[in-house]
Amino acid sequence: MRDSRTRSKSRWAALPLLVFVVIVFGVPMLVLLGGTFTKEGTLSTANLTESLQGAYLTALAGSVKLSALVAVLGGVLGTFLAQAVVTSRFRALREAVLTASGVLANFGGVPLAFAWIATLGNSGVVTTTLGLGAHGWSLYNFWGLTLVYLYFSIPLQVLTVVPALDGLRPQWREAAQNNGASTWQFWRYVGIPVLTPALLGGVVLLFGGAFSAYATAQAMVGSTVPLVTLKIADALTGNVLIGHENVALALSLDMIVVAGLVMAVYLPLQRRSARWLR
Amino acid sequence: MASLTPQVSTQLAPATAPGRGGRPRRPRVWRGVVLVLAAVYFLVPLIASFVFTVKAPDQGFSLDAYGQIFSAEGFGGSLLLSLGLGVATIVLVLLLTLPAAVAVRLGAPGLRPVLEVVCTLPLVVPPITFVAGISTVLRWGPDYLASTPLYQTIIAVQNPDFPVVLVLAYVVLALPFAYRSLDAGLGAIDVRTLSEAARNLGASWPHVLLRVIIPNMRSAMASASFLTLALVLGEFTIARLLSFQTFPNWIYRISGSQAQVSVAVSVFSLLITWLLLLALSSAGARQRSGS
Repeated sequence: MRDSRTRSKSRWAALPLLVFVVIVFGVPMLVLLGGTFTKEGTLSTANLTESLQGAYLTALAGSVKLSALVAVLGGVLGTFLAQAVVTSRFRALREAVLTASGVLANFGGVPLAFAWIATLGNSGVVTTTLGLGAHGWSLYNFWGLTLVYLYFSIPLQVLTVVPALDGLRPQWREAAQNNGASTWQFWRYVGIPVLTPALLGGVVLLFGGAFSAYATAQAMVGSTVPLVTLKIADALTGNVLIGHENVALALSLDMIVVAGLVMAVYLPLQRRSARWLR
Repeated sequence: MASLTPQVSTQLAPATAPGRGGRPRRPRVWRGVVLVLAAVYFLVPLIASFVFTVKAPDQGFSLDAYGQIFSAEGFGGSLLLSLGLGVATIVLVLLLTLPAAVAVRLGAPGLRPVLEVVCTLPLVVPPITFVAGISTVLRWGPDYLASTPLYQTIIAVQNPDFPVVLVLAYVVLALPFAYRSLDAGLGAIDVRTLSEAARNLGASWPHVLLRVIIPNMRSAMASASFLTLALVLGEFTIARLLSFQTFPNWIYRISGSQAQVSVAVSVFSLLITWLLLLALSSAGARQRSGS
């Protein structure tokens, strides 16, 4: 009796949060959906069709390509770095790398772009010191963005896989060795299968981070590299034909669908890896 | 934008006990190579940025760029605005998430999946699409709501001196991090026993929350606040597209005319983030060693 009263009462405590999210998050999302399917006051899919054509499609594809490349490269390199740190005998090294990863994974946005411009931009310190400009070096393209995005992606991957690598019990390796397995066989049949969910989960997170990044790209390349976030920003700030304002909303919906699909891969994976790595 | 990520504790290392020795030497070589390459990749931009800011065309070395930060037009105003937004966001996000997190632990476990979904959504939906929705609401609002009191509200939240709309948006972005750190903090203390003991002794629910639970949650609340503050101080997408002059937006704006100063501010803001997160991880370490 008393228990059920507490229960119904405590449900009210979560109400403000839910109401807040419905209003502040739900309403804009509904308007986004509504605006995508409205053109000049009537119901239509014209915006969506337009957002999947020509320059807009190129931008969407460019974003997916960049994010996929960053996710895979960052995933692989981050895992190697994490393994190097986890197997190291130096406690201090491990702690330094993890703390630095925590900071660098959050180092994004405008400051990140400026740090790289100061390093490898046209008048950057490294560019001028090594005379890279004469060899046709430029940071302001697809590969430059990849290089810069890896700067926060690799640390993020380190943070994601270190707990998983810690969860690989030494006993498993010993058991495999006692049964005559080589290092390669241990990784092929034990290590990688156990780690796969965590690794893929990290890759998905990296994809999401690179896919939604706007500030770094805006500060670095302006609009020379076609990216969907830059196109949305362009359209929102009025840089679009009259009557086509809702294309920004349609592009946003495209982005949410892509991000949602990728995240849908992540959630079941995370549950599976949690089962092994307690 | 900088997606804030949950911190991995630097202290949990029971699995890497010594006694893994006796392996061939070869792995040591690749480990060294990986670590050196990583050090080059991660340190060079930091060092180069610093060199860039202190390099003067004729004298060779000067810290002028750092001095100019403080006298640059708009620095104080935008930093104060961002700090104010940060504080308001922290207060609001804690007020909303703490009761909800406690409720899920104590009486309504059925709500947990709902909250998990609510706190995952802002991670799935890119900020730029969120701001596309918000700006459309703000644009359409005046057309449809001109005769209702909501119209005044929509105008009021866009006051450039203190844009409440940014606070609302940042609370949504900060929810996942705040909820997770608070939930982890609640998991570390025995909320049920504590609150039942307090209730049996005659404490009211607000009293339990204020005098029993919150004091035990100090470090989880601190970590939620730090993460939120770091997020607000670095957020660029929403502020720029709604045209409010926050700190990151200011850095972007001055970069056109004063490249050195803008890089100096970037270095400076990295240092601030670094200090915030160091404070955060040492607070976490203190709690762990205390419990």
